[in-house]
Amino acid sequence: MTDNFTEIRLRKRYRAEKRFKIYSVSALILALLILATLISSIAISSIPAFTQINIGIDVKMNDDQILQFEEDPENVSWRSLQKKSFYSMFPDVETRKDKKELNKLLSTGAYIEIKKFYLDNPNKLPDNNIIYVPASDDVDLLIKDIIDRDLPQDMRTISDNQISYLDKLISNNRIKKTISWRLFSNSDSREPELAGLKGGIVGTLLTMFVTLIISFPIGVLAAIYLEEIAPKNKFTDIIEVNINNLAAVPSIVYGLLGLAVFLNYMNMPRSAPLVGGIVLALMTLPVIIIATRAAMASIPPSIREAAYGVGASQMQVIVHHVFPLALPGILTGTIIGIARAAGETAPLLMIGMMAFIVDVPSKITDKATVLPAQIYMWANNPERSFEYLTSAAILILLVILIMMNLLAILLRKKYERRW
Amino acid sequence: MIPNQYKITTSNVNVDYGNKRALHDINLQIEEKEVTALIGPSGCGKSTFIRCLNRMNDLIEGCKVEGKIMIDEVDINSPDTDIVELRARIGMVFQKPNPFPKSIYDNVAYGPRIHGLAKSNEDLDNIVTKSLKRAGLWNEVEDRLDASGLSLSGGQQQRLCIARAIAVNPDILLMDEPCSALDPIATAVIEELINELKERYTIVIVTHSMQQAARLSEKTAYFHLGKMIEYDITSNIFTNPKHEMTEAYISGRIG
Repeated sequence: MTDNFTEIRLRKRYRAEKRFKIYSVSALILALLILATLISSIAISSIPAFTQINIGIDVKMNDDQILQFEEDPENVSWRSLQKKSFYSMFPDVETRKDKKELNKLLSTGAYIEIKKFYLDNPNKLPDNNIIYVPASDDVDLLIKDIIDRDLPQDMRTISDNQISYLDKLISNNRIKKTISWRLFSNSDSREPELAGLKGGIVGTLLTMFVTLIISFPIGVLAAIYLEEIAPKNKFTDIIEVNINNLAAVPSIVYGLLGLAVFLNYMNMPRSAPLVGGIVLALMTLPVIIIATRAAMASIPPSIREAAYGVGASQMQVIVHHVFPLALPGILTGTIIGIARAAGETAPLLMIGMMAFIVDVPSKITDKATVLPAQIYMWANNPERSFEYLTSAAILILLVILIMMNLLAILLRKKYERRW
Repeated sequence: MIPNQYKITTSNVNVDYGNKRALHDINLQIEEKEVTALIGPSGCGKSTFIRCLNRMNDLIEGCKVEGKIMIDEVDINSPDTDIVELRARIGMVFQKPNPFPKSIYDNVAYGPRIHGLAKSNEDLDNIVTKSLKRAGLWNEVEDRLDASGLSLSGGQQQRLCIARAIAVNPDILLMDEPCSALDPIATAVIEELINELKERYTIVIVTHSMQQAARLSEKTAYFHLGKMIEYDITSNIFTNPKHEMTEAYISGRIG
């Protein structure tokens, strides 16, 4: 009787434990599946953005243009050189309307490539050159089979005439697919085939630099005071509670603060990494303070006692022992805080960093935008190519953030000590 | 002022943790270059008392020490006393070996470095060598001074901590149950060491082991529930206790 009872209880317990295990494993699998779906869908839709279609044009400069070039390359009318060279490849296209259509196969920035070619190869001025220039975004999508050429003409953004010109180019082997390095070397543009992320990447780096040099020292020193020096009383309790609250404040509130204080009151430059960095530093501060305090609190008291025991002063105990031992934890917290700031858009909205800015910033007071802001703006653009560019930009931002987190893990592994 | 032949004199020392009184009116005189053992059941305040002697209790939030503690005729609780210099003069060894997560050399050299005791690297080498020799660890570590202090065994770590404490040239050594985390062999080594060290240092040792107190100390104080019950020459305490509570403890009826 008792034996039977024990056995039933035992089996029941085993079943319950098995169920519990299955629940938790399936939760994990579900989470991983969602994450994998998200990342793979972004990765797949970003593939077209990493290649670009180029069209080869026969370019030959006449004597006048060579003279102009030797005087000053800016004197050459590059646009008309591009048009004339391209039209001469299609002698049967005659009307103004058809020529215009033909020219639309090329990117509006195609002449820049021609100019670049001659600046790089001045010895080829008198030659017949084949110069590859970016195709327009519609051609790009058609060649990549994203626009269906079998659709009726009025349902696609590229006309039958244009397709026939393209077919001629294809049969002449003048279409070339290359990796779109311009994603990293160009800054933002209204033309998808010219748009790149350099402005956003540099803007993000400058902003993160400002964020780091402000939030790290202030955060660490404040945490040292609160954890090691401050007396434990009501006042420090209130500060502690409020720091924890600040970590949970919606990020746009920091943007409003930046707008009210830094732009309107202190007249700092609008749209600048300086202000963006300060705002994000304020947002990151509580994260760094909490991480630093946790890291220092985890140092065993025996180490402090040992140091005090040989007559170290409080500063020596902190500087020689507590801080170095807590450093891996502090760095991890800081990098995770900074990575969170790097993915932030809302606070930057309020201080004008969510803007179309073509120039690459070179200092922290220049006008700039950041990667997440650029992603948001690209997602709003009507051209279909921006859909793929947006995915590519998200992927690049994710890679940067993952690398930052990896750095945090490596630093922790490297400096971690046991006691 | 009446000249005082004692190294440490405490009068009416009371310690409070918040509202709870941990020590009541402790009056104790400790002689120079002797081993004084503090025994008693857990929670009786012997560790609290030893931590008063180098003001380690200052580090504990809400701990208040009253009364007078004179070391070499100086009141260590007076505002003029510099706590850093006080702790440099009074070495401390803790219950659990707690070497810094640094090399063996740096563990011993840390104290002399922060107090500026060595004028050159050679000086420092000499201090480290001398301290490790006095702590009886030199022969075991002389060829691996760069190894981490944490790579040593428990007993070796505790001797490293003793070397670290004596490297700053203290004249008093406080030992808070230095053998409680060690095996019997390591304990025997440390006890032997303490016997050698008492030629140079005044030693106050807290211990749970009555045999250890009997083997090592000249004087023994028995603490119970925050009060000092009896303080006498060790042999008297163990063979002829005056107080019945002391007798109960050493015969194993309290503990």
